[in-house]
Amino acid sequence: MSLIPPDLRYTREHEWASLGDDGKVKVGITDFAQSRLGDVVFLDLPELESAVTAGESMGEVESTKSVSDIYAPLSGSVKGLNAECRDNPALVNQDPYGEGWLVVIEPGDAAEYEGLLTAEQYAAVVAELEGAEGG
Amino acid sequence: MTAASPQTIFDVSAPGRRSSTIPEAGVGPAPAGAIPERLRRRTPPRLPEVSELDLVRHYTRLSQRNWAIDVGPYPLGSCTMKYNPKVNEETAALPGFRNLHPWQPESQVQGALRLLWETERILVELTGMAKVTFQPAAGAQGEMTGLLMMRAFHAAAGDPRSVVLIPDSAHGTNPASVALAGFKVRQIPSDERGLVDLAALEAALDGQVAGLMLTNPNTLGLFERDIEKIAAAVHAVGGLLYFDGANLNAILGKVRPGDMGFDIVHINTHKTFTTPHGGGGPGAGPVAVTERLARFLPAPVVGYDEGEGRWFWDTDRPDSIGRMHGFHGNFGVLVRAYTYLRSIGGEGLVKVAERAVLNANYLRKRIEDAYPMAHPGWCMHEFVATARRYRAQGVRAMDIAKRLIDLGYHPPTVYFPLVVEEAMMAEPTETESRESLDGLADALLQIAGEASSDPDLLHRAPVTTPVGRLDEARAARRLHVRWEPGAPWLSE
Repeated sequence: MSLIPPDLRYTREHEWASLGDDGKVKVGITDFAQSRLGDVVFLDLPELESAVTAGESMGEVESTKSVSDIYAPLSGSVKGLNAECRDNPALVNQDPYGEGWLVVIEPGDAAEYEGLLTAEQYAAVVAELEGAEGG
Repeated sequence: MTAASPQTIFDVSAPGRRSSTIPEAGVGPAPAGAIPERLRRRTPPRLPEVSELDLVRHYTRLSQRNWAIDVGPYPLGSCTMKYNPKVNEETAALPGFRNLHPWQPESQVQGALRLLWETERILVELTGMAKVTFQPAAGAQGEMTGLLMMRAFHAAAGDPRSVVLIPDSAHGTNPASVALAGFKVRQIPSDERGLVDLAALEAALDGQVAGLMLTNPNTLGLFERDIEKIAAAVHAVGGLLYFDGANLNAILGKVRPGDMGFDIVHINTHKTFTTPHGGGGPGAGPVAVTERLARFLPAPVVGYDEGEGRWFWDTDRPDSIGRMHGFHGNFGVLVRAYTYLRSIGGEGLVKVAERAVLNANYLRKRIEDAYPMAHPGWCMHEFVATARRYRAQGVRAMDIAKRLIDLGYHPPTVYFPLVVEEAMMAEPTETESRESLDGLADALLQIAGEASSDPDLLHRAPVTTPVGRLDEARAARRLHVRWEPGAPWLSE
């Protein structure tokens, strides 16, 4: 079973988002995503101060199996990058909700955050995918 | 690796050892200043110093570690690893072909030109196209060539376009070629049948669509049965249809891309027509087009003057996209393809397609209880199974693939296509016998049992190879592609 912290928000594309006291939102990929991708070997993250659009690709995560898009959970401007994680992408596998965070976004519209999936809703998305694996 | 098996040719090097001795030069040293100071080496090159026997032993030993179709089955999905008949090598080595120089005048190379012309006639007949270029050095360069022609076609019509449609099951080279050719990719999802989703296709079509790239049968081993509707829809908005020839083996002599509505076709001679799989070496990816695109082909193309009974290089092609390769492509590869086509013949090619599909379905049927198909039912020349039911035991498709190596088989393709979880994609080809297919099926079923009874056996595999399980993540994260003396990664 994959870990889904209750206090975070999520997307159907398996990103997590965490609203900070300063109104900025920290973003990463979920435990489910990292376990399905396998060993992450390369991260392509957006530039600082670049504009990202909710639901659109803002970067790529490459594992030994595949290359997948990282989708922006909300629209805004990139205010922080996890350079340590970019240099050592294994952090995404080891600690997806902690040291493995990817970017910080300053949202254009704070209300977008509330529109993201709750942990409960995201758990249902994951359960459906895992349920389909009875094979 | 053991001490008896050195890792590199440098490990057998000894100072002063030589594999040949060169006589004293009869001329003095180069006059001072003949080679400008800035171009001179500061230090001698680091080259291995070995005897001829050391050299032969080292590379023979390495070659014996290599897996090849000449050693055993190689069911690598989407790669069509069929047997390459040795007669191809005999013809390619004929002095008349081997000793050709591309600067020889046409009058001296009539035989070579005729071979290209006759190969073109065969490819035209098999694909339902009108004209062929032999310049592209492989399928991916064929894609690039086709897309540049697509661009030239729309530009010539005064209607430049920016988008190419690609299904989500496509080979990775398709979107890469599209991007390299300066187009944007618009991805079309597969439906529950594993085929192009017609509604999604209709929704993605507009005046910006230059064309659609499609493999048929597709990468899931399924025939796109709506191809006529797909072609009509793309043509209705002025787009072109590009046929990725990766899976041409399945339909040889049965149905032609031209009759399905395609405008551009590339052919992987190393898959379909038994030329060597290059691994970066010389290849050939001829591209065939319909009449309305022929004027954009890379120049020159082969021409034939019926009146004079002579073949020639047709260089007068003002609308050509230009050269894609030095001279005329990799001619030796085309000699092999021609040899195969002429020796197996038209009826033989029909049997190739039939046997390829029969073999894939035989293997599918034998293993599908243990490895369910991503899309149940008949397949074409290959199928995509999924190993996700073994995830509960901690066994992944990669573990099954590695264990198969211990049992004497090259694994199928794993984790591709990306739309199938824990994908295992197998293509046995027409050249395997029933006994060989049974051996492969037995091995796969044995591994399915071991996944439950002894999953650690799978995690440890392979154990019979000179090198055990590689740390692929570390190899990717700390990539070293250049040998350096005493580099720490060699001894770690």
